[in-house]
Amino acid sequence: MLSCAARLVRAQIQSKPTACWVVAARGYADIVDEATFTTSEYALHKLDEGPSQTVTVTRDDALKYYRQMQTIRRMETAAGNLYKSKVIRGFCHLYSGQEACAVGMEAALTPNDHVITAYRAHGWTYTRGVPPVNILAELTGRKSGVAKGKGGSMHMYGHNFYGGNGIVGAQVPLGAGIALALKYKGSNDVCVALYGDGAANQGQVFETYNIAKLWDLPCIFVCENNGYGMGTAVERASASTEYYTRGDYVPGLRADGMDVLAVREATRFAAEWCRSGKGPMLLEVATYRYHGHSMSDPGTTYRPREEIQEMRKTRDPITGLRERLISVNLATAEEMKQIDLDVRAEIDKAVEQAKADPELPVEEMYNDIFVDEPPFKVRGTNPFMYGMSK
Amino acid sequence: MAALQTLARRCSTSILKRHFSVSSPVAAQMTVRDALNTAMNEEMKRDESVFLLGEEVAEYDGAYKVSRGLWRKYGDKRVMDTPITEMGFAGIAVGSAMAGLKPICEFMTFNFSMQAIDQVINSAAKTYYMSAGKQTVPIVFRGPNGAAAGVAAQHSQCFAAWYGHCPGLKVVSPYSSEDAKGLLKSAIRDPNPVVCMENELMYGTVFEMSDEAMSEEFLVPIGKAKIEREGTHCTLVSHSKSVGLCLEAAQILEKENIFCEVINLRTIRPMDEETLINSVKKTNHLVTVEGGWPQFGVGAEIVAKVMESDAFDYLDAPVYRVTGADIPMPYAATLERATLPGTQDVVLTVKKSLHIQ
Repeated sequence: MLSCAARLVRAQIQSKPTACWVVAARGYADIVDEATFTTSEYALHKLDEGPSQTVTVTRDDALKYYRQMQTIRRMETAAGNLYKSKVIRGFCHLYSGQEACAVGMEAALTPNDHVITAYRAHGWTYTRGVPPVNILAELTGRKSGVAKGKGGSMHMYGHNFYGGNGIVGAQVPLGAGIALALKYKGSNDVCVALYGDGAANQGQVFETYNIAKLWDLPCIFVCENNGYGMGTAVERASASTEYYTRGDYVPGLRADGMDVLAVREATRFAAEWCRSGKGPMLLEVATYRYHGHSMSDPGTTYRPREEIQEMRKTRDPITGLRERLISVNLATAEEMKQIDLDVRAEIDKAVEQAKADPELPVEEMYNDIFVDEPPFKVRGTNPFMYGMSK
Repeated sequence: MAALQTLARRCSTSILKRHFSVSSPVAAQMTVRDALNTAMNEEMKRDESVFLLGEEVAEYDGAYKVSRGLWRKYGDKRVMDTPITEMGFAGIAVGSAMAGLKPICEFMTFNFSMQAIDQVINSAAKTYYMSAGKQTVPIVFRGPNGAAAGVAAQHSQCFAAWYGHCPGLKVVSPYSSEDAKGLLKSAIRDPNPVVCMENELMYGTVFEMSDEAMSEEFLVPIGKAKIEREGTHCTLVSHSKSVGLCLEAAQILEKENIFCEVINLRTIRPMDEETLINSVKKTNHLVTVEGGWPQFGVGAEIVAKVMESDAFDYLDAPVYRVTGADIPMPYAATLERATLPGTQDVVLTVKKSLHIQ
């Protein structure tokens, strides 16, 4: 019954990350500046060595990751509620449960690196620097949205962030193209091209592996394997569910996608590989989504509720980090509670604005067809109606 | 080829003038192939971020030799041979444009672009709009379009109507060498996605090139049609190879004192409605000519545009379309010839329009 990836994530419970240091007293005076943890094993493909299982994190970084993941979680929850009250329409694919992937990867990248993903993009839009209010306003279709309400859930763009792509798999060649541009310009930056377990079977993905490997493109292919491609569990869609090996001649590794520090370490390893000119790498992160494929999918017809509940209880990335931080005195429960409250307040305020802001005036729908073009007439819905495109 | 051009230029501007007192310079000549080659060469020289990718474009010098010499001149970095994976390399080309390069993505023929059409439409054409002006895609997709000779159904389709359908794309269809050079240069410099549909059968055709057309800064504006031949009795509008057909038909009709105005659309999208409308108001008769299929074709769009415009009141006959036959392209020579429009089709239709047949 359990999907392959869910089984994989559950299996890692056995080797749950342990803390190396435990401090007896609990006062603020005993708060440490950094701590070291052990992650679960990484699976390797065509690699002699992999990322380190020993990961160190500073207090500041840890709290930052916590805050970021909590922000995504609350933002996605708010989006789900807005969808249920019909303020958000169309498609809405929530990232809840997968926060450690975006936050962990972003922790190993810089704003000068480039990222492209598919439609489960709200979390990435945030980590790439777009404030939650502009994400929520885009979801509600208002002009304060990051794409002025013209893109919606699947088409949000930011600095060195290319969306948000609605066609499954199409973003993968695009990502390799971005990497080509980086190499062409002599840059040291990398492009991260994300796709899911469903997209992993797309032909264009293999066409991309081929060219990326042939041309040594600095591209990190990331398979966010959450166990299900819409309603189809991985074993029913893929002859091989070892997604980190599917690049064949592209070296790959698999990391625990529910552990933000493991994701960070794996991404550091992959980024260094690409930056050193060795060509592309494939990183599979075993993760899980709590909600359905999209808001139209309850997510419970093809997987047992117990599975979802167990994941939330035992493998939640935010709870996992919180427990770690408390256990080694990197942070106190009180200050993390305060972060929770701050995030909640920020998102609540953003929701209010996303509901109150106006949509673009209708005349502006004709804009943004072409760039650098003098204003031109665009036909409307009847022969007597024209708009001006600016 | 470059040497020949320079020679022609030098001849036309200095030697002949000095010795033969010629008032206007002798025009140079250039094949459509060389015009395209020159366009790419000049633009790659001018802008480091322009590069060419596609099947056989580099070491093979191009399947139809359009990119001859470019790899030898610019090397692996600027001229890239791709595997036979259209969807993959078109997507990669689009991605590189999103990240600031200016790719020229060649489809060996536009028939193969169907494998990549999602990248052309959903990743390239729509992105500037979806991002509300944040993300540009300065890419050119080019290659031969429409019927060739004896290549049968899967290799003979005209894609002008399909690409011309989509907002966010510019679509050009050159006829002459001047068109080819000027439009391709404009397309490469255009920061929007442009589809440049060439014609394999025209690659070897020689055209005269004015001095202006020979210059490195020569551009043909996208969105402006050209009146190839002025006339008074009937307007013929066409694109690509069919423009030649119209000019031939106009010559035949001239012998019967019927004077046709021939318009070369040059650009399919955005189409130059103004030139069309003004011509129809002058001649009161319109016949569209194309090699593609009739249903939902370029001609069909022109008919609709004219119907809805004030040119309608000037028509003395319905607008007629001359098109390819509504069948997949057969292989046998006689059948293929019968599938594509010929001068007799244009002459007949003009006469029907003028009610003289």
